[in-house]
Amino acid sequence: MSSREVILNRVRRALTDVPRDEVFPVPRDYARAHVVEGVLELFAEHLRDYRAVVHEVAESELADAIAEAVVRRGARRVVTPAGLPPAWTAGLAAATCVPDGWVYGPIDDLSDDPTNNRPKPAAPHLTIAELDAADGVLTGAAVGIAETGTIVLDAGPGQGRRALTLVPDWHLCVVRAEHVVASVPQALERLVPGRPLTWISGPSATSDIELDRVEGVHGPRTLEVLIVRRPPVV
Amino acid sequence: MSKAVPPTGATFVGMPPFPRAARDAVGDAQLRHNLRKATHTIRDKRAVVVDELADWAELRAAGAAIKDRTLRRLDEHLLAVEAAVTSAGGTVHWAADAAEANRIVADLVRATGETEVVKVKSMVTQEIGLNEALAAEGIRAYETDLAELIVQLGEDLPSHILVPAIHRNRAEIREIFVREMGEWGVPAPAGLTDEPAALAEAARRHLRERFLSAKVAVSGANFVVAETGTLVVVESEGNGRMCLTLPETLISVVGIEKVVPTWADLEVFLQLLPRSSTGERMNPYTSMWTGVTPGDGPQDFHLVLLDNGRTDVLADRTGRQALRCIRCSACLNVCPVYERTGGHAYGSVYPGPIGAILVPQLGGVATGKVDAQTASLPYASSLCGACYEVCPVAIDIPEVLVHLREQVVEGGGHRAEKAAMRAAEWVLDDPGRLRRVQRLAARSRKLIPKRAPGPGAAWTDSRSIPAVPAESFRDWWVRERSGPADTAQAGVRPTGSAPAAAVVEARESEGEGR
Ligand code: SF4
Repeated sequence: MSSREVILNRVRRALTDVPRDEVFPVPRDYARAHVVEGVLELFAEHLRDYRAVVHEVAESELADAIAEAVVRRGARRVVTPAGLPPAWTAGLAAATCVPDGWVYGPIDDLSDDPTNNRPKPAAPHLTIAELDAADGVLTGAAVGIAETGTIVLDAGPGQGRRALTLVPDWHLCVVRAEHVVASVPQALERLVPGRPLTWISGPSATSDIELDRVEGVHGPRTLEVLIVRRPPVV
Repeated sequence: MSKAVPPTGATFVGMPPFPRAARDAVGDAQLRHNLRKATHTIRDKRAVVVDELADWAELRAAGAAIKDRTLRRLDEHLLAVEAAVTSAGGTVHWAADAAEANRIVADLVRATGETEVVKVKSMVTQEIGLNEALAAEGIRAYETDLAELIVQLGEDLPSHILVPAIHRNRAEIREIFVREMGEWGVPAPAGLTDEPAALAEAARRHLRERFLSAKVAVSGANFVVAETGTLVVVESEGNGRMCLTLPETLISVVGIEKVVPTWADLEVFLQLLPRSSTGERMNPYTSMWTGVTPGDGPQDFHLVLLDNGRTDVLADRTGRQALRCIRCSACLNVCPVYERTGGHAYGSVYPGPIGAILVPQLGGVATGKVDAQTASLPYASSLCGACYEVCPVAIDIPEVLVHLREQVVEGGGHRAEKAAMRAAEWVLDDPGRLRRVQRLAARSRKLIPKRAPGPGAAWTDSRSIPAVPAESFRDWWVRERSGPADTAQAGVRPTGSAPAAAVVEARESEGEGR
């Protein structure tokens, strides 16, 4: 008998007291969200709690804000994943941008790919060494979560492969107001499970030495977030 | 400090039984200071972020019920995991015990032609003794979590689930780095100080090259979603992301109890786990992946589903609730016994209250298979109930402890019971301490979830009065110490008298001037 059968049989033997037609209820009376108002402010506040650098900008200010951040950082080579809106890099010299071609389709177009587990690989495909030689990476985000100060990347347009936001030491991340939800349950509703997902809550950190928090162990030691405000309603 | 000894099953070979180890540990002032600082800091942080969520009790009840529902249909969910992971391009292996899991992993590594692997911190690979098994095959496993690195370089044993090197202070860590890093790779920088930031930087440099060149990684997982085949790893440092993303081959060894049925179920556990564990609203990094993604991350993915005694736990109607555990370590941080003895005294991979119920069960205590060390673990508790109060999946640890003591005694464990009695000496040498610890605290009631509905009620119904006849540790001690003549006076109650719903009041235990 294979170990597969051995284990499954052991499980079934262990559960002889459980009726096979049992319907075991799960109470779901927890909150879908804990805040309704001020979601964007809370998102910024919680990001800052984790010592991320946070700026709030209008759409019209975004290109300048990105260019300023790159200059402030002194970054000469910034990785740019495929699908990044061209306007975002308008203020950067062409030589600054280090493009990577790999990307998934947009999340709202699943017509020809219902499981959405089919990325569209394209050149150039940066090597680990090339990523290591970059000073930073510029990405968008799929979802922001206010209650926890979390940014979720789903490998969609402008976010790219997981390694892109891991190897460079500085991550400049643009989060649009309409992508920010209040809570973890709301975030999961928006995400597609088949994709590689990275949830980021502040820069990497450790408390392993006498419980003193040290920021920046592996992965980007600095997380800088540009929150793009919703255009005012006129 | 003890030298590393290979684990067999979940216990470390050659460790003295809990009583003796506990007495040694209690006499170590540095250890006690570190532990006290750590456990109190984390539990205070936890309390703050748990209080932020007004629906914590509901989340806790949902978390417990999701796990119960899954366990009660575990065969079906495991088959679903297999189907989903396979269709997403992964390969699923089944390991009935530690030896089989180690063999599978070793064979997979050898098939790649590599002789080195990088590892993400994982309790389960410690449980099966994977590093030692790989070493015997000529494969070197590099731990990459900072604390695990400290433990590995120091040829030491982990002492806490979340912060395994908490028994080491900064000066000791500096010394270990200076002495050992060069042996394993990039040496510690000249003039290394004992500042935590400098030590973390040394670890970053030491591991960086290894991450960037690693071809094979081994991980565990916090959750596996049955309907999608998605694995979830929750971490802080980014070493997990490095291991899960950069290598070509990824091997994840996962206990069969880690399954959750649906994607939406994560909404409960991703709220419960970080807040209970590190006391953060969310941990810095969480990775989720499903099989293989073309062009992104490892292109060769293997999931090893491990039993290794879990089905024995599942067969015990009282004890099976231990399989709900999400390894948050909150129960360690509130345990008055753990605070005094530290993790090493338990002599097992899983220390603290959860270790005291999980390790004997994984080892087969119900069938009298365990040694004196393992049999003494259910006695490593005052049954104060603090662990139950903080447990995010409402495991009634005192109930299971009492149940396991029954099994130890029934299993001809007279010798074990004797050993356990000696354990009592240190915790009971000040009877007032234990009384304070056991005092009922009314304010804790709000943390107790509504009764689990349906068949699970059989478990929660027995919460405040353990169903099996047993004395509380204290009563038993009083009887043993004073002899039969005094038993009546000592007020021994014949059946389950332990105030299982009591909690430790932080201020009370703080006031002891340790
Ligand atoms: S038993 Fe409960 S409190 Fe202890 S580690 Fe497991 S989930 Fe956490």
